Amino acid sequence: MEIFLVGLFAATLRVATPLIFGMLGELFCERSGVLNLGIEGTMFLGSFVGFAVASQTGSLWLGLLAAILAGIISGLLMALLAVWLGVNQHVSGLGITLLWTGVSLFGFRLIFGDPKVPPSIDSFSPLSPFGEIRILGPIFQQHLLTYIALLMIPLVWWVIYRTKFGLNIRAVGENPEAADAAGLNVYMVRTLALVIGGALMAVAGAFLSLAQLGAFTYGMIAGRGWVCIALIIFANWHPLGVLWGALIFGGISALQLRLQVSGLDLPYEVFLALPYLVTIAALAIAGRNVSAPSMLLKPYRRE
Amino acid sequence: MAQFRIERSPAPVWMRFLIPLIAVVITFIITSILIIWAGANPLEAYYYFFIAPLSSRVSLIEILVKSTPLLLTGAAVTFAFSASFWNIGAEGQLIAGAMMAAWLGMVLKGVPPIIGIPIMLVGGFIAGVLWALLPAWLKVKLEVDEVVTTLLLNSVILFLVSFFLNGPWRDPISGWPQSAEIASGTMFFKLIPRSRLHFGFIIAIAVILIEWFVLSRMSFGLRMRAVGMGKEAARFAGINVQRTMLVSALISGGIAGLAGVGEVAGIHYHLIEAISSGLGYNGIIVATLAGLNPLGVIPAALFMGLIDTGAQSVSRALGVPIYLGTVVQATLLLVTLGLFVLQNYRIRRV
Repeated sequence: MEIFLVGLFAATLRVATPLIFGMLGELFCERSGVLNLGIEGTMFLGSFVGFAVASQTGSLWLGLLAAILAGIISGLLMALLAVWLGVNQHVSGLGITLLWTGVSLFGFRLIFGDPKVPPSIDSFSPLSPFGEIRILGPIFQQHLLTYIALLMIPLVWWVIYRTKFGLNIRAVGENPEAADAAGLNVYMVRTLALVIGGALMAVAGAFLSLAQLGAFTYGMIAGRGWVCIALIIFANWHPLGVLWGALIFGGISALQLRLQVSGLDLPYEVFLALPYLVTIAALAIAGRNVSAPSMLLKPYRRE
Repeated sequence: MAQFRIERSPAPVWMRFLIPLIAVVITFIITSILIIWAGANPLEAYYYFFIAPLSSRVSLIEILVKSTPLLLTGAAVTFAFSASFWNIGAEGQLIAGAMMAAWLGMVLKGVPPIIGIPIMLVGGFIAGVLWALLPAWLKVKLEVDEVVTTLLLNSVILFLVSFFLNGPWRDPISGWPQSAEIASGTMFFKLIPRSRLHFGFIIAIAVILIEWFVLSRMSFGLRMRAVGMGKEAARFAGINVQRTMLVSALISGGIAGLAGVGEVAGIHYHLIEAISSGLGYNGIIVATLAGLNPLGVIPAALFMGLIDTGAQSVSRALGVPIYLGTVVQATLLLVTLGLFVLQNYRIRRV
């Protein structure tokens, strides 16, 4: 039982890490009033660019840095479309996801060809701050990025609720006209929010290729970006909600992995689908009680 | 010094026809970066991309084959978006239709095509409706965001397909994760002998014409568009907004389901895991390029089909990765979206 629970908790943190980065990234975008459906593609791009740069230069850190740069570019592109031009956010976000998916696959083919076995790199090795101590040792044997993800939650909370910049983000997401009248540049604030969001999404993808797998595969992201879009509603657009959302989804995913091998006589696809179905059920129960940023999906035009 | 000012004014009509052309040229220029990266000559690449497919009969037919599912998913997305139901789930609804087609194809052994094909169409439509039912119902009853639920269900149905193909439906003869070949009475007939162009193409065109008629000539279509332009105003005008959105979402799902039937009954004759690979998402590109006009879906889907065919031809001739097609499609979408906005601005000297 102890081994089971320790394994479960450790796996939960591992599964939750990219979700935390992705959701915090989406949180910045949505609190400023922009739904960024480019998340799935930005995560894919981050995971590809990180892997490609790391494998060509031999430096994982350069890979991570390159992924962040790619995420920033993705954020700027979304800002150009959804903020400066004010086009439909659903369609531009999906377009960005398609674009980065295509670019990543194109680049992968050019650099690595069409190998039978996915190429791999020596990934980041996990830290073990508690050494060999019982229970705590194995649970917290996690990657540095997992710790950074956990630290990001209070940090983002502080930025959003305790800094001028965070206040500006909330202002342009709730009432851009008033923010504009108060002298804020709505376009610039939203652009910055999208850039930060894009960088965080790319880190989410890079965690998968540089830390968790040490490889790049076509089905790398497998809908994790869409899961973030759903969980952010569950989290009620609050950084602390992000933690619970990621841990609960991560917990169910980790549990299904263990139930699969436990010899329970159910097809494993049922378990794979379970986190998605639970999320939909949670959204249905939360129903009307969610409070989305009021200007979400509405482009702002200065007359 | 001359001063310039940017002002808003509606674009002249000729501009609308010019925009697709400008968008294609800009897309060429942007995507030539990738072609140069791949070590090919962009002009030569674009010859294989756009001219070569149009110059042989075989590849012209292939364009029609590739555009068949896109005509239907484009029509499906156009229908839902017209009532501002943001159905991102055409991908899942298409797969639902394909699953139904595979099942009916296994059950309807020995039926003549005159019975088999209509049952396939009705069954696939119903399957698409059913897969759209939960998001539509949650949206209308509980205001749960349909973008999220349709996206999540796209992932869920892939698990469902994987379960059936690795379990009860696994082909007993080959042992591959694909369903058994469908009965001959449920296969779509070919429009041109020895080609892959099938009856689904006619279905697609018919659906688009009906959709055009409904949206522009019938009172239900007018109510849908009223809801699409503004829910509050539509409610004030006495329209049952919830019912209108529900019905348009379900019909949209059904149309996407038909696309899935076509892929199984006209192309593969089996259900395979990669039955769609993005046809539903590309429907969103088609609907956007068409400006949510049902008749516009036809040229938009044909053009997307040309890009798909062209990507294969570039890949064969010059060794440029086939994913160039995806990049060109996405770039074209984003450039067109931008131009739609920019056409309403003028730079004037003051």
